[in-house]
Amino acid sequence: MRALAALFRRELRLSNRAGGGGAMGVVFFLILVTITPFAIGPDLNLLARIGPAILWIAALLSTLLGLDRLFMSDHEDGSLDLLEMSDAPMELVVLVKCLAHWAVTGLPLVVATPLFGLMLALEGDALWGVAASLAAGTPALTFIGAIGAALTVSLRRGGLLMAILVLPFTVPVLIFGVSAASAASGGTVPFLTPFLILCALSLGSMALAPFAAAAALRSGD
Amino acid sequence: MVFPQDITLRAIDLALARGGRRLAQGLSFTLQGGEALVVTGPNGAGKSTFLRVLAGLLAPAAGEVALDGAGVEAPGLAAHYLGHAEALKGALTARENLEFWSAMLEAGHGGLDPDAALGRVALSHAPDLPVSFLSAGQRRRVAICRLLVAPRPLWLLDEPTTALDAASQARLAALMKEHLAAGGLIVAATHGDLGLTARELRLGGES
Amino acid sequence: MLKYANPTYFLRLTAAVLPWLWGAAGLTLGLGLYMTFAVAPADYQQGETVRIMYIHVPAAWLSMFAYTVMTLSALGTLVWRHPLADASQQAAAPLGAGFTFICLVTGSLWGKPMWGTWWVWDARLTSVLVLFLIYLGLIALWNTIEEPLKAARAAAILTLVGVVNIPIIKFSVDWWNTLHQPASVLRMGGPAIHPTMLWPLLVMALGASLLFVCLHLMAIRNEILRRRLRRLSYLAAEAADHGLEPPVEAGA
Repeated sequence: MRALAALFRRELRLSNRAGGGGAMGVVFFLILVTITPFAIGPDLNLLARIGPAILWIAALLSTLLGLDRLFMSDHEDGSLDLLEMSDAPMELVVLVKCLAHWAVTGLPLVVATPLFGLMLALEGDALWGVAASLAAGTPALTFIGAIGAALTVSLRRGGLLMAILVLPFTVPVLIFGVSAASAASGGTVPFLTPFLILCALSLGSMALAPFAAAAALRSGD
Repeated sequence: MVFPQDITLRAIDLALARGGRRLAQGLSFTLQGGEALVVTGPNGAGKSTFLRVLAGLLAPAAGEVALDGAGVEAPGLAAHYLGHAEALKGALTARENLEFWSAMLEAGHGGLDPDAALGRVALSHAPDLPVSFLSAGQRRRVAICRLLVAPRPLWLLDEPTTALDAASQARLAALMKEHLAAGGLIVAATHGDLGLTARELRLGGES
Repeated sequence: MLKYANPTYFLRLTAAVLPWLWGAAGLTLGLGLYMTFAVAPADYQQGETVRIMYIHVPAAWLSMFAYTVMTLSALGTLVWRHPLADASQQAAAPLGAGFTFICLVTGSLWGKPMWGTWWVWDARLTSVLVLFLIYLGLIALWNTIEEPLKAARAAAILTLVGVVNIPIIKFSVDWWNTLHQPASVLRMGGPAIHPTMLWPLLVMALGASLLFVCLHLMAIRNEILRRRLRRLSYLAAEAADHGLEPPVEAGA
């Protein structure tokens, strides 16, 4: 337990220090939200209708952005070998690293979402709906992404490959995330149905992904 | 810190492979507490592979490794591995790095405090400096401190003297002698002289 | 000239000048705020919300002024490789981002009663948002490159590339004719704004500019000191190798 707490603290510290890039994900999120209206035009009605989708795609991409470094930096400097030699099982090490990663990249996205939603002309319920769906869904993105990060840990140009491997698996999260967010602003489906499925996806990936990622890391040598 | 008396590292008919190529086979030895084994051989003979197999980071091509008397399931859990990569984060200070590894690798009690450990390698000025400010030799010495802050009986050292000057090599030799005197075991791969009385295992001689 | 650009001399000079500058900034801002809320009339169309302008417009000017300061400093970095230029560049980036952010937030607060929405993808607002993003990118660049000299050169190049954006902001109103009000102070044929509103605006702009100068000078001082600390840390690391006492900077 003490070991895992120390690991969590170290991950948070590293992301706050120079070059850690903790805030980078939010900036990337903002840039994606800014860029989209350039492509589809500034019509506020249109933006309000597809706003949840824009926010979800932006969150998906900015979550993936930093994930390839999740294990790679530890692999490069030899830390991963030592983590394997620790008493703490690799599965828990992966779980803790993912939770820390979510806390510094996913959580700020959730907090920033209502603000960025304003820029897409979302109002009231829609705003909170998107934020709630991201809070429930981004852990799933982090954990699914961790499997890809573990598989590509020793590849020098693993970032792109990781995205290719992971994105197909994020399809269900995207579907239920966007439908929960849209349901919040009115629609035929009640909000809770897709939202609970989204929670299930997050919890399920939290339970399974550490095993897959740990297995991938062990066979990575 | 004194380790249990009857710790024994046993390798039984071990075979090493890297990238599908057999590097060595039929390696058997027994190492008792207080003994050191120096692994020598030309480049590419499999010294690093051998250490990684002992650490449990690689599976042997054949045979097995066991550490008796240390009360752990796998030898790696009672071993320190000091490889070419130092496992230090440049953004964290020397003390933060050591505190982390002390918590992560702790296999018993009685490890040195990070500051005291840094003192043993003549880095007592450096605990609050980010590791990225340190030179290669200093980083190496911080990595050596890791062996002191989390006591583990088996030290697996891959070219431990790389980047160390003469004074630091002497300090390392003293630390290794202390470790052996406390009942620890050392397996070191090296080209040079470690300043220890040790048995020697030569790899890659036959081909 | 070079004598005045010496960091040690700079530290001494600014230490002497800064209290006066702070005083001037405080007085001007106080006067400006008084004029904003007590003297300036409410607009016959926009009502009291027009008072947001007295914060919004100076912030918009300063968001571009900070970029100009950064550009000049970037030239200083690239042409003369002067350490003060590096520090000035680095100090101006967060300030510019701050004023741009104030400009965006006040614009958004102003837009809600005017346009009925918090945000409009109008050409000028959007280009200010892009300016904000460029600032954030620069700050991220500074934070990511650890070696100050390398970071300064990289940031200088990016700053000069971004200079292209400033004229776009200034003239975007003419390029795209959208909801946003056309520029009314700096335009051909004299200001279209009534003097009772112009004076508070000019005083606020002066006050905000003085505030910027104070903050900028203080941030440069911090940066110089931070670099000295960094150098001392390196010396301390080396000293540890030779078993020496860590160095202490005289008079620091």
